[in-house]
Amino acid sequence: MDSASLTSLAANFGAGIAIGLGAIGAAIGEGHTAAQASPAISRNPQMAGEVFKTMLVGQAIAESASIFALVVALVLLFTNLPVSSYLTACAFLGASLSMGFGAIGSGVGSGFPAGATCHGLVRQPAMANKLTTNMLIGSAVCQTPSIFSLVIAFILMFGDYSAAAPAPLWAALIGAGVSTGLSAIGAGLGGGLVAQSCCEGIARQPRAAGALTNSMLLGQAITQTTAIYGLLIGFILLFKHHPETNSIAAAMALLSAGICMGIGGIGPGIGEGFTAQGAVKWIARNSEGIGEITRSMLVGMAVAESTGIYSMVIALVLIFVV
Amino acid sequence: MAIEGVDLIKAAAFLGAGLSMGLGAIGPGVGEGMAAAKACEAIGKNPKEAGLLTRTMLVGQAVSESTGIYSLVIALLLLFVV
Repeated sequence: MDSASLTSLAANFGAGIAIGLGAIGAAIGEGHTAAQASPAISRNPQMAGEVFKTMLVGQAIAESASIFALVVALVLLFTNLPVSSYLTACAFLGASLSMGFGAIGSGVGSGFPAGATCHGLVRQPAMANKLTTNMLIGSAVCQTPSIFSLVIAFILMFGDYSAAAPAPLWAALIGAGVSTGLSAIGAGLGGGLVAQSCCEGIARQPRAAGALTNSMLLGQAITQTTAIYGLLIGFILLFKHHPETNSIAAAMALLSAGICMGIGGIGPGIGEGFTAQGAVKWIARNSEGIGEITRSMLVGMAVAESTGIYSMVIALVLIFVV
Repeated sequence: MAIEGVDLIKAAAFLGAGLSMGLGAIGPGVGEGMAAAKACEAIGKNPKEAGLLTRTMLVGQAVSESTGIYSLVIALLLLFVV
């Protein structure tokens, strides 16, 4: 097969992967929000208008991750390629994997705070503004991992590979996409769990709203770290100079570095999300214990992070040592 | 592309190392997060016992960390010994 038709094949196949995987998360997240809005309305039908509005705003934010995926799919389908080579085909595949996987976690995660806000509005109608603001902040942070994926996808799609040797760069291009995309799943989901319990907490204990938002942002920032490791490995794979070689082992080391960091980032992201969710929940119930709770949250998250750091170490060894 | 026996074995070892550490990191990450979540909730209920609860949390997390360390050891063996 010549390189032009291979590139066109990769673009079409990649468009399918990008939007196919990218649609999973947003659909689940929005479904969760709607599933929470209905019982909230039945509890207090007078608030129906307010709850309906909040549901739609929350769903719109959850939708943005899959819109990024749609954009990547459309660019892959309708861009006229100036140069086509085997490397361009691999870059398209990497871009679609990055965006497809990267949209899953953010889509599901953004649905959680929106659902909790629908319940919170019925419980504390007077706190509507604070709840909605908090939902918007929390959901926006959930979207950051999918934005990382979008950035890597665009860099991959619009890179110029005409002067580069194909081996082992092809593996680095796919590895960068896998690393950024998969590691975004955990961070998106975890961030959503934290924002959910913060919205519940504000509805339960409106006086603690400021402290709760601060704790939420602290918890979310730590859940994002594994996505940042994934992005870092992605950038190293893309921009490091890989000496030309025909050895299949050298290519496999680069691909494996991406897979290792990508999969390894999922677990710590979700686990840290659980931790901060529990901590924020109890800061709302016992605001005097905030110091003790925050300290044990940070210690617990640091330990849960360790396997993500092991994955990054193995990925760096695969890139720079072997 | 020249594919020789030694090269192929190295390639498989590198891929295995990445998969070993990547997949092995999921379980401890989620499990330790759950342990820490329950510890935070328990400290919220009873802040006076924070020291005892933190100690219990750390011991529990250290045990669930063990499988992550096994994965790390296997990954390092695949990278440097095989």
